[in-house]
Amino acid sequence: MAELRYPLGEHNRGDVRSQTGRTADELTVADIRSGVVTSADAAVDPDTLRRQAEFAEQGGNPQLADNLRRGAELALFSDDDVLRFYDALRPGRSSIAELETIAAELEAGGGERCAALVREAIAHYSRRGLIS
Amino acid sequence: MAATPGESKRSAFFATRSISRDVVVPEYPELGLIAFDSPNDPEPSIRVVDGRIVELDGVPEADFDLIDAFLAEHGINAAVAEEAMALDDLQFARMVCGHDVPRTEILRLVEGMTPAKIARVLGLLSPLELMQAMAKMRARRTPSIQAHVTNRIDHPLLIAADAASAVALGFRELEATVPVLRDAPLVALALLIGSQVPAPGALTQCSVEEKTELELGMRGLTTYAETVSVYGTERVFLDGDDTPWSKALLASSYASRGLKMRFTSGSGAEVLMGAAEGKSLLYLEARCVAVTRAAGSQGTQNGGIDGINVTGSVPNGMREILAENVMATLYGLESCTGNDTQMSASDIRRTAHTLPLLLAGSDFLFSGFGSIPSYDNAFGASNFNAEDIDDYLMVQRDWGFEGALRSRDDTALLPLRRRAAEACRAVLDELDLMTFDDAELERVVSAHGSLDVAEHQTDETARAGDAIIEREITAVDVVRALAIRGFDVEAERVLEMTRQRLFGDHLQTSAIFGEDMSVLSALTDPNDYAGPGTGYRPSRERLDEIARVRQERSHAELLAEQAPHQGCVILTESGPAASRPRPDEVVIGLSPAFGNDVWLTLSGLTVAEALRQLLAGIEEEGVAARVVRVTHSLDLGMIGWTAANLSGSGVALAIQGKGTALIHRADLPVLANLELLSMAPLIDGSRYRLMGRNAARHARGEKPAPVLLPESGEPMGPRYHAKVVALINRESRCLRAGEPQAVEVSWPS
Repeated sequence: MAELRYPLGEHNRGDVRSQTGRTADELTVADIRSGVVTSADAAVDPDTLRRQAEFAEQGGNPQLADNLRRGAELALFSDDDVLRFYDALRPGRSSIAELETIAAELEAGGGERCAALVREAIAHYSRRGLIS
Repeated sequence: MAATPGESKRSAFFATRSISRDVVVPEYPELGLIAFDSPNDPEPSIRVVDGRIVELDGVPEADFDLIDAFLAEHGINAAVAEEAMALDDLQFARMVCGHDVPRTEILRLVEGMTPAKIARVLGLLSPLELMQAMAKMRARRTPSIQAHVTNRIDHPLLIAADAASAVALGFRELEATVPVLRDAPLVALALLIGSQVPAPGALTQCSVEEKTELELGMRGLTTYAETVSVYGTERVFLDGDDTPWSKALLASSYASRGLKMRFTSGSGAEVLMGAAEGKSLLYLEARCVAVTRAAGSQGTQNGGIDGINVTGSVPNGMREILAENVMATLYGLESCTGNDTQMSASDIRRTAHTLPLLLAGSDFLFSGFGSIPSYDNAFGASNFNAEDIDDYLMVQRDWGFEGALRSRDDTALLPLRRRAAEACRAVLDELDLMTFDDAELERVVSAHGSLDVAEHQTDETARAGDAIIEREITAVDVVRALAIRGFDVEAERVLEMTRQRLFGDHLQTSAIFGEDMSVLSALTDPNDYAGPGTGYRPSRERLDEIARVRQERSHAELLAEQAPHQGCVILTESGPAASRPRPDEVVIGLSPAFGNDVWLTLSGLTVAEALRQLLAGIEEEGVAARVVRVTHSLDLGMIGWTAANLSGSGVALAIQGKGTALIHRADLPVLANLELLSMAPLIDGSRYRLMGRNAARHARGEKPAPVLLPESGEPMGPRYHAKVVALINRESRCLRAGEPQAVEVSWPS
């Protein structure tokens, strides 16, 4: 694998692959017309986001790096799951038990950082009397 | 305007001015109506025990609200906190705007500061110092600009055409929203198509409720998001239906789909939602910006936004707004700096709000500029709108700052609007969403706004929006439809925006795509401003582009109107002019180019008509008239004085080719006169005739009432001075040494 340098689209156009293994240039108009390529082929790979996290860290923003790493975890979950996780964390949507379930679900799918974020939320929501 | 008893006419006049419609208030700290330093703002403080933050701005850990707790967990760098918090406020304020401390050092220290500390430091900066700080601290070197592209009926073809216009003008992010939520998918789709017509790479968003906005992004119908709102008090945060944790997970959700995202805050929101806890506007905004950084958003939209009129109502409100923008940059965030809500009925006041930021520069000068007429802005009028584009371009030209826009005329815009509308129509038809006939397409292409197009059937756009959701239409379907209908370039460009999600380069701070799809971000284009000669400077080519505005006229264009009137009077010089041949005469002194190289005066009269009226006025009084040409000076006073010294009565008229005229007398100093009509654009034939009459009366020793120009409040300089310079240049070309020449006047038949 070539060294990945920012911006990836400039330096590593042929090295970066989607979750389905396609490079950007393998997403062609012709293949879209014929139905060979679908939306699923345009999903960013978690490793790419982790590499972007490293770039963010080198750029001096560890919080942006954390966000990109959480994004890398969520990249493997479906749209519906991601929307559901977000909604569950909003005020008044979930009980402690429901959020614990989501944290477990995240963890089981490789989402340790997101699970930790949810558990942290449970602690602070509880302390502030927002959930029970 | 009738003054009421006890009121001056000036006061009655003031009441008619637009500024009188702005209502402002005294400070009410208990309501949060105070820009800086509320008595209820906490003393900055931090306490770190074993690397853990146990006190923040006077609040012990056990009492942390959600915002305090989130900042303690994710925001504040405990390792830097004690060093940073120990810095004297004034010392740090000087570091922020001075050239000797690098931007990166400021960023490092801010990581360890609390919101109260940051607010207090920024409160110490004057407007000029805030501008200096903005220039130094913004993340991206090259400023950019965002547009609002909306219309009041969610007309998709108009959205597409207006998106194309916006990109042609230079906007690199386009933000839509919808009056009807169900229309959102349709508007997002139209915006995406139109945005890629003039050039690749503009980012697009559709601002709606958080979850819907994320769904649109997941489908690739938008390429970034901005309406991810955070607030400065716990209650308002919860009323906004989120917590710092849910917002953080939302940010990560965008990242997971390769979508750019920034948070939104802006002072005044907590006041509007009735829970500012008596804190100052800037302190609460500091909490917002701190949460934004802590949650891992690469950037923020702030500087008033929906609350601008709250902040605008208190003293120092606009300084507070600029301080907010600077604050975003102190946290290393992309600064998308408001100016997106009209903050005054007064053109002067709304411009005064925006100008300092424009001169200082930011990542996005507006968030956004209303690229459509204000009546079409579904966010409400922006501080600058389509009506103001020419004004903006002219101010950009005046100052040579990077306003990120360029002038484009119909020759450039109309083909792009047509292409965008046709591409959008084809996609909507191919996807069986909506159809539009040719007549409607034509209306869209030439439209100023939605009042120029047909109102579609109720519910039609909403049903198309529903269909996009139900049939799970994505950007890939848009690419396919574009390709099937032969819009190959647009298909490739929309696809490239989808491909970029695989790289995620635009998730880094302040990232935009150039028109060549290069990534400009804090990593590739970091701001390196450190005083004169550093940082972003417009290139020579860019300055030339900035200089080309619609109102620019070359000398050739300004003088084109002269040629058709050449020869309107025939002035034949017949040797040196006689001196005082008879006492009852008025001499008319002509400037060097009058009826020689200049044929039309500024009022649109020919020089022939102006001269004829002067002669007629003299003749009506029974006084003799004689015409001479003064060749050695183009100064009207000198021409008049020279002619007066040839005049038997001692009185002369003088006139320049541009039409300025005066009456002079030989015994007066050169630069004095008896009467002067200086506003040439306002001098009509009847006034030249009156000037002739008055000159004759002066010659007879009478004291006639002077000729008055009509009352006009119009500034003549900006409209006529370019032409004056061109005409004076012609006068100058005709200068030659020598005595005044006698002139025979004849009129072509």
